[in-house]
Amino acid sequence: MRWREICGVAIAIAVCGFASGTQAQTTYGIGRPATTAEIAGWNIDIGRDGSNLPKGSGSVSHGREVFAEQCASCHGDKGEGGLGDRLVGGQGTIGTPKPIRTVGSYWPYAPTLFDYIRRAMPQNAPQSLSDEDVYAVSAYVLNLNGLVGADATLDAKSLAAIKMPNRDKFVGDARPDVKK
Amino acid sequence: MSSTIRSDDDPVTATRRRFLTAGTAALGGAVVGAGAAAAETDNLPPNVPEWMKAPGEPTGGQLYGTPSPFEKGVVRNISTTLKQYISASSRSPLQDLDGIITPNGLFYERHHGGVPAIDPAQHRLMLHGLVERPLIFTIEDLRRFPSESRIHFLECSGNPGYSKPYGKTASDLVGLVSCAEWTGVSLKLVLQEAGLKPGAKWVVAEGADAAALTRSIPIEKCLEDAILVYSQNGERLRPQQGYPLRLFLPGFEGNMSVKWLRRLHVTAEPVYSREETSKYTDLLPDGTAREFSFYMEAKSIITRPSGGQRLSAPGFHEITGIAWSGHGKIARVEVSVDDGRSWQDARLQEPVLTRAFTRFRLPWQWDGKPAMIQSRAIDETGYVQPTLAELLAVRGENYFYHNNAIWPWRIDDNGEVTNALA
Repeated sequence: MRWREICGVAIAIAVCGFASGTQAQTTYGIGRPATTAEIAGWNIDIGRDGSNLPKGSGSVSHGREVFAEQCASCHGDKGEGGLGDRLVGGQGTIGTPKPIRTVGSYWPYAPTLFDYIRRAMPQNAPQSLSDEDVYAVSAYVLNLNGLVGADATLDAKSLAAIKMPNRDKFVGDARPDVKK
Repeated sequence: MSSTIRSDDDPVTATRRRFLTAGTAALGGAVVGAGAAAAETDNLPPNVPEWMKAPGEPTGGQLYGTPSPFEKGVVRNISTTLKQYISASSRSPLQDLDGIITPNGLFYERHHGGVPAIDPAQHRLMLHGLVERPLIFTIEDLRRFPSESRIHFLECSGNPGYSKPYGKTASDLVGLVSCAEWTGVSLKLVLQEAGLKPGAKWVVAEGADAAALTRSIPIEKCLEDAILVYSQNGERLRPQQGYPLRLFLPGFEGNMSVKWLRRLHVTAEPVYSREETSKYTDLLPDGTAREFSFYMEAKSIITRPSGGQRLSAPGFHEITGIAWSGHGKIARVEVSVDDGRSWQDARLQEPVLTRAFTRFRLPWQWDGKPAMIQSRAIDETGYVQPTLAELLAVRGENYFYHNNAIWPWRIDDNGEVTNALA
């Protein structure tokens, strides 16, 4: 009995060691290693700072063509919305009774545009656009919102450098906010 | 034993039944209105119901059982006027359900890129980022880990919005919530398998749907009670709930419990995906917006009597409903039957589980006069479910998500129940 208790404590210590997360020891030996190539193929997460943005670039003018072909049927010719969300305008409305939430008025980070278009758009064929086309459409939507010029070409560095107008308007969760 | 079984060999009884059946058929053909009434009484005392006079459907007639055809109206509730149905939601018919478990076929849905048809043999979970050993798991791999089952609610954060028009029924109003028993492996065990590196603060979860839906989850939640789920209410997940694998985060807004889970990316900071910046942020009147507002606060709704139903007569009626809180167990549910002037404790049905539906009940004598009934939940943290007016005063109408307001029902003198805030 006494010996069992000692064993139990020892096991508990071992489990706690794993829980700290820094042990280089496999607990169950389940799963197989993921290779660098496999991870690169699946990891399409783009950080708000533009981390993991791919090589390549795209221009506003090329984006206009891709948008007309791939996006306008849902989002309107100029991003005014339709079946899909409105993408353009609304700057200055966010703190009013009738806010218009668009990429230009509400989105805090420009690289998220690349992330989202690549992973989820167009809705009928996500992950079908080339990286160049995604850069171009991102540039065009930002241009429609007055955030880059008509002659702009965006790449990883320049996309990440854009400061979105609503960038500093996000705050933490202050709930519970109704006090009794 | 034999004396308790009515004998079909009894010639008198058998003849009488045949006579009654034939007579009713003739009557029904002659007088349409009266025929329906006669058919309704055919199976009532003192007559023997027709379904006792011949064997029923053979065993195994339905290898996967479905509800009685008389329950065909109990289905998920979805608007017929949406612009599109790829990114949309359907609601659980809360007013037609009893107990605390939502049947799998009636569990609410919210999809962002449709429902993918995934072959589990070709599905993988990749775990990478700030880990010692990036790993890939098959579904069978994940089923080899120690498993656990827990009962929890899941609720969409926009359930309902803050502005009119409000719905007519309990389902219209708050049908984007359901409760089930979930089985899977603790996410903590799987993360330990890969070994977290120092600096691991968030886990970015991604679905294998056409939206590749992505949310960031604090590491504390991942190590507390997150589950990688493969079964719901005893059977494998339905496609609408993430087959063959979903993340489940008890008490957090439903969008974060990523379905069709294919990737967990351990990071130092959130990814700030579209689903946690452009959407699922709470806009306040001053133009600031709350981000990473994860918890679903305490809430309750009376499901019977509720909007769209009708009290048949004055007299005894049980008031019953469901209460839940993302912050733990329901401590109390109070019910008012006099427009909020006084409140009394409802009885809580066991089990009362953390982050799960709790069924409450209150016996009530309706005097036949107009009445206003409502419930409010109090959870184990002492938090009291607020009124809509209290929420609007703090949050405004553009907040959109996390509306956990008390919802009163009006009962008219004819027994009709309607939404008192509509």
